Amino acid sequence: MSERRFTLITGRTTKQGRSVHLGKGAREFLDEISTLQMNPKDIEVLGLQEGDQVRLSTRDGSAVVKCKKGDIPQGLVFIAYGGFVNALVGSDTQATGMPNTKGIEVEVERHG
Amino acid sequence: MAESVGVKEVKVIEGVTCPFCGVTCDDLVVHVENGKIKEVKNACVLGKDTFMHHLEGWATPRIQGKPATIDQCIDAAAEILAKAKYPLIYGLDSTELQAQRKSIELADLIGANIDHTSSVCHAPSLQAVQTVGISSCTVGEVKNRADLVIFWGCNPAEAHPRHPSRYSVTAKGLFTPKGKKDRMVIHVDVRPTPTARMADAFIQIKPNSDYEIFSALRALLKGHELDQAEVGGVAIDEWKTLLEKMKSSKFGILYWGMGLTMTRGKYLNIVALLTLTQELNRFTKFQAAPMRGHGNVVGMAQVLTWQTGFPFAVNMSRGYPRFNPGEYSVADLLAHGEVDAALILAADAIGNFPAKMAEHLRSIPMIAVDPKESETTKVATVVIPTAQAGIAAGGMAYRMDHIPLVMKKVVDSPYPSDREVLERIIAKVVAMKNGGNGAPVRAGGARG
Repeated sequence: MSERRFTLITGRTTKQGRSVHLGKGAREFLDEISTLQMNPKDIEVLGLQEGDQVRLSTRDGSAVVKCKKGDIPQGLVFIAYGGFVNALVGSDTQATGMPNTKGIEVEVERHG
Repeated sequence: MAESVGVKEVKVIEGVTCPFCGVTCDDLVVHVENGKIKEVKNACVLGKDTFMHHLEGWATPRIQGKPATIDQCIDAAAEILAKAKYPLIYGLDSTELQAQRKSIELADLIGANIDHTSSVCHAPSLQAVQTVGISSCTVGEVKNRADLVIFWGCNPAEAHPRHPSRYSVTAKGLFTPKGKKDRMVIHVDVRPTPTARMADAFIQIKPNSDYEIFSALRALLKGHELDQAEVGGVAIDEWKTLLEKMKSSKFGILYWGMGLTMTRGKYLNIVALLTLTQELNRFTKFQAAPMRGHGNVVGMAQVLTWQTGFPFAVNMSRGYPRFNPGEYSVADLLAHGEVDAALILAADAIGNFPAKMAEHLRSIPMIAVDPKESETTKVATVVIPTAQAGIAAGGMAYRMDHIPLVMKKVVDSPYPSDREVLERIIAKVVAMKNGGNGAPVRAGGARG
């Protein structure tokens, strides 16, 4: 189903940058890096409610996170750098040294 | 308890440089009471938390998970590195310049691959700058002169909170006395990040279309007409309007971030960007600059370049430096399972790397040198805690515009500095390699 396919953007957020100083096991940090920002219309199309668990799958791995409405265009989803992103990013660099860390194809589906 | 009741030793340290991000704000005021940081003024939320939480999650010295002394840890680290056939030294951007220098000396000594966190950050930018050059300037020039500021694929509102107020958006300068009113700020990104709120205009582009857009802008700048109605999801007319703003500015700057380095095209995106900004100089004064992440990330590229000629992904195994991104870069070395030991300094490699890279790091002898516990220290063979550079150890750091600044030591630490740990490992490795016979150690170590 095409409506399940999205482009994944990863990046920094203020919350992630602040809470990392509390330690990577801190609740605030884990909460931020396990939250997927989605366009409200995409949440609706997938029949999801804010806070629902979703499974993200890329060609390199998958992760289960919770979804949240965000200021992001339809078709794009955003998640802050952290352990969940690591599970989704591959190590191929096309001989550049840099793995594809943003703009990755991802499938989003309800989990549980 | 060492603290005596009623006798407070209060210190107010001014002009402190923040070690957190590449803006390295050097106007912080830190209040220290009885050796503990009580207050930090002038810092952004990220910088403030760096100082206020610096005591949380300290690492402890240990070998194979068991408590050990620093001396024992240094001996164990030296033994791992001296025995390794194809080691990796990595991290290095969140420490001071002399420690960075020592890390290169160690790499030379043991014939290691040496790479730093830029490798999975702005390395494509470094590669592009070495390929086509850069028309650039300091943040001071931006503050005093820039009337057009473009943030492309970067989000200073969240990653560099004081850059806009100190230098690029609201800052008042010699030729920009009204601050924001004297500047046009444009944000280009695939999503309206919080930076869009401080911009006069936001241009939303399609992911992975940057190379195409810069190429189209270059064609339009040269007077060519394009067949397409839009490029990167944006109408050609809108790109023409942007170009006119660029050409008619008195002093323009384009700041870029990981939206360009981590997406399709990688360093070629930056080559196209740099070429465009150079070509704009036929019309006006125009520059470009990367928004750098870690505190002294520029320092490591500087010192590595002045010592080896290359800014990252350097291999010393033949006794002279070789540079080959895609081969000697950390992502490739780990993904292909090539290195047989690693020293990770001031970075959480396991916590930040894609799963496959972290998997190899877990399988080899690894030394973690870090003030704090992390996913990396949890699985390291040897953990050596150090005094945090910029807080408990002094030194130099390069700001993101290549200006060197002094990082002050504001509190004491029971642990040695990164530089001291590296110096002691080097001394031990030299002694081991000499085997007690006094023979000189050749550059490039055992394999020569």
